Amino acid sequence: MATSPRATQQKFEPWTDPDAKPYVRIEKVTKKFGDFVAVDDVTLDIYKKEIFCLLGASGCGKTTLLRMLAGFERPTAGRIFIDGVDMTAIPPYERPVNMMFQSYAIFPHMTVEQNVAFGLKQEGLAKSEIARRVTEMLELVKLGQFAKRKPHQLSGGQRQRVALARSLVKKPKLLLLDEPLAALDKKLREHTQFELINIQETLGVTFVVVTHDQEEAMTLSSRIGLMNHGEIVQVGTPSEIYEYPSSRFVAEFIGSVNMFEGRLVEDEPSYVRIQCDDLDTPVYVDHGVSSAPGATVWAAVRPEKILLGREKPATPDNWTSAVVRDIAYMGDMSIYLLKLDSGKIVRVTQPNVYRHVDDRVTWDERVYLSWHSTSPVVVTK
Amino acid sequence: MKRLGLTGTNLVTAVPYLWLLLFFLVPFVIVLKISFSDAQISMPPYQPLIHWVSEKALQIQLNFGNFAFLVEDNLYWRAYLNSIFVAGVSTVLCLLIGYPIAYSIARSSPSTRNILMLMVVLPFWTSFLLRVYAWIGILKNNGLLNNLLMWLGIIHEPIHMLQTDFAVYVGIVYSYLPFMILPLYANLEKMDLTLLEAASDLGCRPWQAFMKITVPLSVPGIIAGCLLVFIPAVGEFVIPSLLGDPGMLMIGKVLWTEFFNNRDWPVASAVAIALLMFLVIPIMYYQRAQDAEAGGGLHR
Repeated sequence: MATSPRATQQKFEPWTDPDAKPYVRIEKVTKKFGDFVAVDDVTLDIYKKEIFCLLGASGCGKTTLLRMLAGFERPTAGRIFIDGVDMTAIPPYERPVNMMFQSYAIFPHMTVEQNVAFGLKQEGLAKSEIARRVTEMLELVKLGQFAKRKPHQLSGGQRQRVALARSLVKKPKLLLLDEPLAALDKKLREHTQFELINIQETLGVTFVVVTHDQEEAMTLSSRIGLMNHGEIVQVGTPSEIYEYPSSRFVAEFIGSVNMFEGRLVEDEPSYVRIQCDDLDTPVYVDHGVSSAPGATVWAAVRPEKILLGREKPATPDNWTSAVVRDIAYMGDMSIYLLKLDSGKIVRVTQPNVYRHVDDRVTWDERVYLSWHSTSPVVVTK
Repeated sequence: MKRLGLTGTNLVTAVPYLWLLLFFLVPFVIVLKISFSDAQISMPPYQPLIHWVSEKALQIQLNFGNFAFLVEDNLYWRAYLNSIFVAGVSTVLCLLIGYPIAYSIARSSPSTRNILMLMVVLPFWTSFLLRVYAWIGILKNNGLLNNLLMWLGIIHEPIHMLQTDFAVYVGIVYSYLPFMILPLYANLEKMDLTLLEAASDLGCRPWQAFMKITVPLSVPGIIAGCLLVFIPAVGEFVIPSLLGDPGMLMIGKVLWTEFFNNRDWPVASAVAIALLMFLVIPIMYYQRAQDAEAGGGLHR
């Protein structure tokens, strides 16, 4: 999983500051199409200069929520504030918001320059001012020499940048991006992700990004809002979402995870012990869980947090034995699929630290899986 | 087979070429030939262009008099200009009426869209001639329209509408409107509606988005529709003869008179050739517009 470049920078966490005022406030917003509830009572605060990602599978309501921010859809109930102003009833052409469309929606009958200038002309700015800002923006997205081209003479990546330039040139308070990188190939996508972040930091515009691609969300965002069936399931930084999922759905949606169903047998404030039928020993987790003893819970363990060994661990818990069923060599790491005695398949990834190892774990070998007591996450739903 | 170039593709493309050769080029050459000959009372009523002067000499005699006659007699000029004027006005009227119709059909739901399109082409199921005759019944002094207006009390005596220019415009606009609507609809229907959302997002009110995005993008459809109405309307003969003033000068009527009443085939042919030359210019323009669209000039 790629790490956010923000992690290396100065801490930017306005959501932890109780005095910080949210820049965009989505208040109990519901949107129905006939009987179908596309967005269900969503309340969300987004702060200035954030890159907020709405992540979810197709049909989860993320695009509808974005379109309500743009003004293309009116909420059935609830209100939307941008910079303190109620935007609920304001039409799109009067909102201080611009959108970058998934299809880019570049005007085919205009040159790159005319496309970018379109919004500024609409504002009635002076010709010289328009020319200056268009040139500046085209330089920023590195399209200076393509100004006179027509859209059909551009590559996919260039068109994406025209769309970005066109939506940024009006200096919106909020930029909405609908699957901004979906149409690009993998190499270009990675490169463009970092470019987007750089541009966002240069201009200081608040971004709301809709994506179904979790890797894209992890790389781009300051925070992620994970959506399912029209509801926000969890909001948090990429690492919070990955390391502290609040439910089975979140844990399984982001990355891959091994989920062990079990009963809470010991429930202390400082630790819990879970008896899982699939595992040889109980799962011991070094933090408390707010659930009744005997309740069914799930222990989620990420594949990279499980260790493989031939020696039987000496500890009374947090290990199990298994047989290697499949090994996939990926270069940077290897994926092992192991079968527990119960028949359940467990996924383990191991980094390939050394170029050559004589004594690798191999097919059909019986091995021991173990993990640290900080690794499992206990979820109750 | 292969060596002779008789591949499947060649045979398929040969069909339209043969068709055009037989039914367009050959008749055109015949008409062109007649236009250069001289009228005489015989069967056929013109002199042959090529004849033997002796056993060893062929003589080709080209008579440019017919074309000179067209230029000298201002009747022809006035007929040409009037036809172009009438066709031009009719085209503009068709565009003004057809654009909103095509637009609203293209923006309606897919199921009603098909019903509406069916209604646009439904008149074609009746003979064109019958439909023009029907307008006589509507427009004549004690016809449907006058009776309705009098019944409503808007007028007290019939308005003379039949055999006026107004009736000709009604007839042409009515008959050719589907030819305007069809290409406009085809163009507007395939337009990407997110472009309008993008325009709205960038500060356009709905009518501004229409003027700046929808209209420019529908130019190929506008050109196609206008040419499909203008070209046949210039040579229109039936509508002005049935609905128009008998004195109305239209080149189609002049051609008819020359051919059937005066039995002057050479002059009639010269009129036809000159009309074709007038029309070749807009047809070529249409072709270029089509090529530009196909070649990526206007699409994204």
